[in-house]
Amino acid sequence: MPKDHGIGASPKRREDLRFLTGSGRYTDDINLRGQAYVHFLRSDMAHGKINGINTRMAEEMPGVIRIFTGADFEGIGGLPCGWQVTDKHGQPMQEPGHPVLAQGKVRHVGDPIAAVVAESREQARDAAEAIEVDIEELPAVIDMKAALEDGAALVHDDLTSNLCYDWGFVEENKAAVEEAFQKAAHVTTLELVNNRLIANPMEPRVAVGDYDRADDESTLYTTSQNPHVIRLLMGAFVLGIPEHKLRVVAPDVGGGFGTKIFHYAEEAFCTFAAKQINRPVKWTASRSEAFISDAHGRDHVTKIQLALDADNNFTALRTDTYANMGAYLSTFAPSVPTWLHGTLMAGNYKTPLVYVNVKAVFTNTVPVDAYRGAGRPEATFQLERVIDKAALELGVDPIALRRQNFITEFPYATPVAVEYDTGDYHATMDKLEEIADLKGFAARRAESETRGRLRGLGINCYIEACGIAPSNLVGQLGARAGLYESATVRVNATGGLVVMTGSHSHGQGHETSFPQVIAEMIGIDESMVEIVHGDTSKVPMGMGTYGSRSLAVGGSAMVRATEKIIKKAKKIAAHLMEASEADIELKDGQFSVAGTDKSVAWGDVTLAAYVPHNYPLDEIEPGLEETAFYDPANFTYPSGAYACEVEVDPATGKVTIERFSAADDFGNIINPMIVTGQVHGGIGQGIGQALLEGAVYDENGQLLSASYMDYAMPRASDVPFYTVDHSCQTPCTHNPLGVKGCGEAGAIGSPPAVVNAVVDALRSAGKDITHIDMPLSPARVWAAMNG
Amino acid sequence: MTEVTMTVNGKLMRGEVEGRTLLVSFLRDQLGLTGTHVGCDTSQCGACVVHVDGKAVKSCTMLALEADGAEVATIEGQADADGSLNVIQQAFQDHHGLQCGFCTPGMVMSAAALLKENPKPTEDEIRHYLEGNICRCTGYHNIVKAILAASGQEAAAIAAE
Repeated sequence: MPKDHGIGASPKRREDLRFLTGSGRYTDDINLRGQAYVHFLRSDMAHGKINGINTRMAEEMPGVIRIFTGADFEGIGGLPCGWQVTDKHGQPMQEPGHPVLAQGKVRHVGDPIAAVVAESREQARDAAEAIEVDIEELPAVIDMKAALEDGAALVHDDLTSNLCYDWGFVEENKAAVEEAFQKAAHVTTLELVNNRLIANPMEPRVAVGDYDRADDESTLYTTSQNPHVIRLLMGAFVLGIPEHKLRVVAPDVGGGFGTKIFHYAEEAFCTFAAKQINRPVKWTASRSEAFISDAHGRDHVTKIQLALDADNNFTALRTDTYANMGAYLSTFAPSVPTWLHGTLMAGNYKTPLVYVNVKAVFTNTVPVDAYRGAGRPEATFQLERVIDKAALELGVDPIALRRQNFITEFPYATPVAVEYDTGDYHATMDKLEEIADLKGFAARRAESETRGRLRGLGINCYIEACGIAPSNLVGQLGARAGLYESATVRVNATGGLVVMTGSHSHGQGHETSFPQVIAEMIGIDESMVEIVHGDTSKVPMGMGTYGSRSLAVGGSAMVRATEKIIKKAKKIAAHLMEASEADIELKDGQFSVAGTDKSVAWGDVTLAAYVPHNYPLDEIEPGLEETAFYDPANFTYPSGAYACEVEVDPATGKVTIERFSAADDFGNIINPMIVTGQVHGGIGQGIGQALLEGAVYDENGQLLSASYMDYAMPRASDVPFYTVDHSCQTPCTHNPLGVKGCGEAGAIGSPPAVVNAVVDALRSAGKDITHIDMPLSPARVWAAMNG
Repeated sequence: MTEVTMTVNGKLMRGEVEGRTLLVSFLRDQLGLTGTHVGCDTSQCGACVVHVDGKAVKSCTMLALEADGAEVATIEGQADADGSLNVIQQAFQDHHGLQCGFCTPGMVMSAAALLKENPKPTEDEIRHYLEGNICRCTGYHNIVKAILAASGQEAAAIAAE
């Protein structure tokens, strides 16, 4: 019998009521009195020298209030990068400036050159067309390897090359890895591309800046996953506004998937301009604008090699990756191909030696940063593809090869600097074999063949690392931020609670799941708990939501604060019942004295805290509000096994996903309904990456896939019903909830399953194909079959 | 500027619009009906779907003036008079058919149009009908399940988890 409340229950989401009735409050729904609108004139060239900008005619256009250019931002900070990677020689990465509006040069199509502020959106857009920009086109560097050649045009003239960093990990293992390859009985090599993606949350980015001259206070409403981080980056590094004079609000946010983590020029611009003109300034991205200004994701070119001994044990792994940074360093870009990628290269396997090399490259393209999974999908894809290729070459079963090499003892210290606390990879694989009905595959393949279709089965495993921490470690790795989370729990006099959390919900349902935890701890109804998030004026501090960290880190902070509340409440209860504090028990919202029938209700205690007539004033203060900051001891390590069955139409190369099964281990689960939904969504995006999506630039740096007509997002008819199971649970050992995080797993685990399945389908027709690069469009599959 | 008059969710509304003003802009900016969303500029995503004279329409692809005299229904008018969710809205909540909520108004309006045309659609018919509505959060699983449930079909039997 499933629980109906508390941890493990699936109450209906409370946020749904506003979203289903059109009462959500997204940033674009916010309109302030006297608000002006900004339109950005963006570069239509990938690379060019700005010789002059003539705004005279545009300034005369109806409704124009003021036009800003890069000159207005001289002496003001540029957009900061939040992570400094150190290269394999111990040198810091090359870190170019990133002005709010272009200064001297434009470096990618979409780079903002000027900003027109006008009375209406249409007037701003009309006037932007009247700005005359004299740009001398320069040769653009688009291909990463070409960008590193001698004589390549420099994206940044003040850097020595287009190489951001050349990272080796673990550098000390390099020689041992080489030696293991020398001794290997078999080496499998695979070259592949992890296709460039665009996150495309359905809500385009929006920013509304406001300024209150009387209080000298700035407010920014923005579509962000982490308003406090924006407050710190924009306040301290760009505009020079201290936190107590700057409020950042991220209200309902229509999806993020990573691309709304970062601090963007438009946020700084609207905040800055609102003060300059003393009126609110609003910007709403069009989708076309989003394509050329939201940070993109992935875009790795990789060669991976796996060494095996004569018994098919993995003995060493090495991988060389070129990672595209785009034209500027987006907020967390340098960390993605390094610490979020290299540290996952052991996967689920006890490979004793691993060496990872990553060359991060500047190109004249939109900046690239974290997108759902961020580094971990890239690691998983290459690892799980090379294992499948090794199985083909050795003529062994890909599941057996994986099982043979699984890590089985925990905690397990990998050769890539992390320690997995718990996991049971055989259990998730067992569960997968069951839910995916792998035994029935042969019959399904035979049935497909009767219809002239090729059926393939692909399986793979994944390991994820969530809640990146602790802060003192990530600081050593180059993070310029802490990675804790905070929560304040305020208990009101009549017993209701308000939790102010630094986590941010943009679809994850925290308003529903977080109260389940508190309800369980105190033994009260969830309706007594309200969640407040997304406003720096209400929540003390927050690092936000990304990297599947909210429950593991933010939830843990909430638990710690609630533990403090309970401790104090027990003192009050002990006083009320004239008992010893050590004898007080809390169950079902009642404090009782152990071994007696004496009890007081939760509400009696909370009332006493605020009406302290009968109260231990000499021991404790009145009131009942506590704050906790939680800094995890380690990452969490969800894992799982995925299976995909595809049909390929040999006449057209079209791939259809027939079945998709996921067996995940997320540790303990608070709300199974929400967890299942997160996995569904991740799989949907992973199938999108595998079959449909790809950001394509031409050689001049024009983004060819810059609209929903050109960038193929999965539609309902592109995907099947998924079979999802998360009954394998090895709880995390170092956070109080034993939770691991589930937001990114689907996107990490699914692309290799799809590609493995398509390769399997084509091989069933006798085609000697071992790899096709994503997206597996009909054209690519057909070419592979007929090439 | 031209005067435009239309019945929106049963109420007669008037406004002054430019020739280029889109129906969605009129609804959002002039009438304050911000439940209808704009997710793209190529008429692909369907976040802006409303009903005009009973038909599902992408309100980003229709001028406000074209809706002069029309009956327009938006997400704000879908709940029952007492504020309780209608059958489709309730099914979306029951089956977790939404996450961030941004595509949801368009999904609900499209689903309503589908069930009016085809009260017992198959899974396949639902998936194809939603061609013009993009969701980035749910992988569509629970949306399809919710629409099956709203049509009175046993969604649980068709899609377990």
